[in-house]
Amino acid sequence: MVLHNARIIPIDGPEIERGHVVMQDGKIRLVGSGPAPIADDVTSIDCEGKVVMPGLVDTHSHIGGFGGADGSGPIQPGVRIRDSLNVLSSGFKRALSGGLTTINVMPGSGHLSSGQTAYLKLRYGGDVKTIDDVTIFDADGEPTGGLKMANGTNSQRASEGAFPGTRGRSAFLVREKFIKAQEYQVKLAKAEDDPDKAPARDLDMETLVEVLEGKRVVHHHTHRHDDIITVMRLAKEFGFRVVLHHVSDGWLVADEIAEAGVGVSAILVDSPGGKHEAVGLRFETPGILERAGVQTVVHTDDWIVDSRLFMRMAAFAVRGGMTREGALRAITLTGAELLDLDERIGSLTVGKDADVVVLSGDPLSVYTVVEQTWVEGELAFDRSSDEDRLFAVGGYGAANDTEPYFCCYDAEVQAAETGGAK
Amino acid sequence: MLTKIAGVCGVLIATAAMAQSAVRAQTLYTMDGEPITDGVVVINAEGKITAVGPAASTPIPDRITVHECAFAMPGLIDVRSTAGLSGMYNVDHDQDVLETSSPIQPELRAFDAYNPREPLVGYLRSFGVTTVHTGHAPGKLITGQTVIVKTRGDTIDDAVVTPDFAVTATLGSSATEGGGKSPGTRGKQISMLREELFKAQAYARKHSGASTADEAEEEGEDGEEKKDKSPPARDLKLEALASVLAGDTPLIITANKMQDIASALRLGDEFGITVWIDSAAEGHLMAEELAAAGNPVLLRPAMGRYVGEAANGTLETAKIFTEAGVTFGMQTGYEAYVPKVRVILFEAGVAVGLGGLDQEAAMRLITITAASILGLEDRVGSIAVGKDGDIAMYDGDPFEYTTHCVGTLIEGAFFPGEQDYVIGYPGAGGPMQR
Repeated sequence: MVLHNARIIPIDGPEIERGHVVMQDGKIRLVGSGPAPIADDVTSIDCEGKVVMPGLVDTHSHIGGFGGADGSGPIQPGVRIRDSLNVLSSGFKRALSGGLTTINVMPGSGHLSSGQTAYLKLRYGGDVKTIDDVTIFDADGEPTGGLKMANGTNSQRASEGAFPGTRGRSAFLVREKFIKAQEYQVKLAKAEDDPDKAPARDLDMETLVEVLEGKRVVHHHTHRHDDIITVMRLAKEFGFRVVLHHVSDGWLVADEIAEAGVGVSAILVDSPGGKHEAVGLRFETPGILERAGVQTVVHTDDWIVDSRLFMRMAAFAVRGGMTREGALRAITLTGAELLDLDERIGSLTVGKDADVVVLSGDPLSVYTVVEQTWVEGELAFDRSSDEDRLFAVGGYGAANDTEPYFCCYDAEVQAAETGGAK
Repeated sequence: MLTKIAGVCGVLIATAAMAQSAVRAQTLYTMDGEPITDGVVVINAEGKITAVGPAASTPIPDRITVHECAFAMPGLIDVRSTAGLSGMYNVDHDQDVLETSSPIQPELRAFDAYNPREPLVGYLRSFGVTTVHTGHAPGKLITGQTVIVKTRGDTIDDAVVTPDFAVTATLGSSATEGGGKSPGTRGKQISMLREELFKAQAYARKHSGASTADEAEEEGEDGEEKKDKSPPARDLKLEALASVLAGDTPLIITANKMQDIASALRLGDEFGITVWIDSAAEGHLMAEELAAAGNPVLLRPAMGRYVGEAANGTLETAKIFTEAGVTFGMQTGYEAYVPKVRVILFEAGVAVGLGGLDQEAAMRLITITAASILGLEDRVGSIAVGKDGDIAMYDGDPFEYTTHCVGTLIEGAFFPGEQDYVIGYPGAGGPMQR
């Protein structure tokens, strides 16, 4: 398959005014300028006037009707979100219509740790029936994903049994659990491969050991400037790899974040507030972080921001002072880097997965729509098809088949969100 | 010293003929005729527009402040918001969007709840929004009375444009009660509304009867009959509904599902009252009926989430309504969580971009059409001589994501644009460094 005559934004190099992308066997085979080499037996699409760029990478999403940790306790790293998702959820199709091809689906922020996240490819339809059909597996055949953690007010639910009521107790509970994981790790090491000497299997501990060993990245919800600092302090104490998510106050501690060398996945919503922790939210944050030298992306947190508006958020980062290059990278390659998937996705690079979007115009313009989304060389969304278009614009039958999740708020407000105030 | 100041003023008046400020825009959309290249607007000391036209033929008086920008248009108008009642922190202290003590409370006035110093009101202004029709959020059968304000002023009296503009009601699942309380169903909602309106009819009849008795008294009839026909005690609830029945006040009914939209229209017909449909998530499926009904629809924001009762909604409703000839305005409505307020500029932009609405149609919807719906077309909504000097200024196409609002004028007074409006953060220690 050849997409030609397009303006190409490869991300890993300069934009090509008029060029082509060749996809074969689910991989990118060629990216170049000028006329494409099109053999007679090759399907090609003339993309005159269109823009072609890599499929978008969303590092923080809640689509698919997940169920992570339950109300029984504040720290449940053993729970896997991949055991709960509906892969035929209309949310996936809606995300495809926004140009997304890879997403990190996470459980919520009402826990200090609500479980393991899942890195998914938005393959859709046909043979796609189970979670394995959309999972990104690593070289060892293991499903990829991180660990969701949170601090601040969302996970402070003192009225609910074991949950913390203060920031001090939140940090204490996390440290206590990680210290146990360190002890578990020592026992595992001592046992070597002898099952008789090994400690009893403990799913929470096993997951945290993966975190301690750097095999599993922590995706940490955090808003207030001091909460951000706390996350970095705990990450340093236990040596885990972390991505800071949301960071409403990130602009206040940009230098500290840069010094710690951790990445940021920020969210921009149309006005600040909604809760006390988020009153500092500014469109300027990604630009300030970028200039401080922080690896910075943005995310949808869908349904907080509709996946169809993901490119809009990159544009708003530019409105707030981020560079165009940084903002386009923030929804593609930098996101892939934060998910350890940059060898495979995030740019139009020969050998990478053929995840490609075709846009009607510039990705940062309000007047641009996604026309096609290709996942591993397969056309997964096509705006010219009525069936697909329904998900792009909405209408009768585009109904979400699962309860929406709004990251970070209580059930009462969540109920109100679907109707009026309560 | 006093004399000196007076002298300076004298000079200004002599040279500027009361002019106070002017806007010069590379592109000026007046919404009253074709856009003007290199356009000028002159605003006098009373905040009224005194001249509009191309710079070549519209002299800017000497020694007045001139605001230069790439693009200017009339201050934006939001036909339905909860700004000023729905505060940024989202705590009891700043949430006055919904009284939950009983399902029917038309007597509650947003006028008595609006907080003009709410930071999010200034936030809206920093994107060019100058007039807002605001009030209680949906969530109870009858929620109260709305108020139209300018996004400025330290008190409601400074801000108010039209008090008690409309009565607001809600149909559907967000206004049903649990635990055996009424209304527990859609059917009960309508029966309760009908009963209340019948009560208000009787109340209105008694009042009009009483006034006839007063006239009779003046003619000297006996005191016994006068006592019988003396006006009933004032009832603020029924008074508000009587105003709706008299046709003085629209009843704005939030209805998203098709059956709720149909019920609201039916109620309007039965009582001969002016019903405006609010939100209308499934309105695109009833565009013909809404066009035929003729009253304005206050369409939910394009980026309002398509969940719950809005799951069948579409980004294209504004376009569909335009094509079907529905009279409608674009609103930002209510958000329980984030974004705590929505910005009508952004909603209109997405209705154009992802929703396919014509760009100029969108500009009209958030200016002159909105003014007309709110009964303010003689005062705001376009840049024309004699109207309020409310101007939104941008550094490019206002709908483009990467454009900035560089300042807003309300009746000639300048307010900073988005990049200079920083909501104070406790402990932030000063303005942010960009």
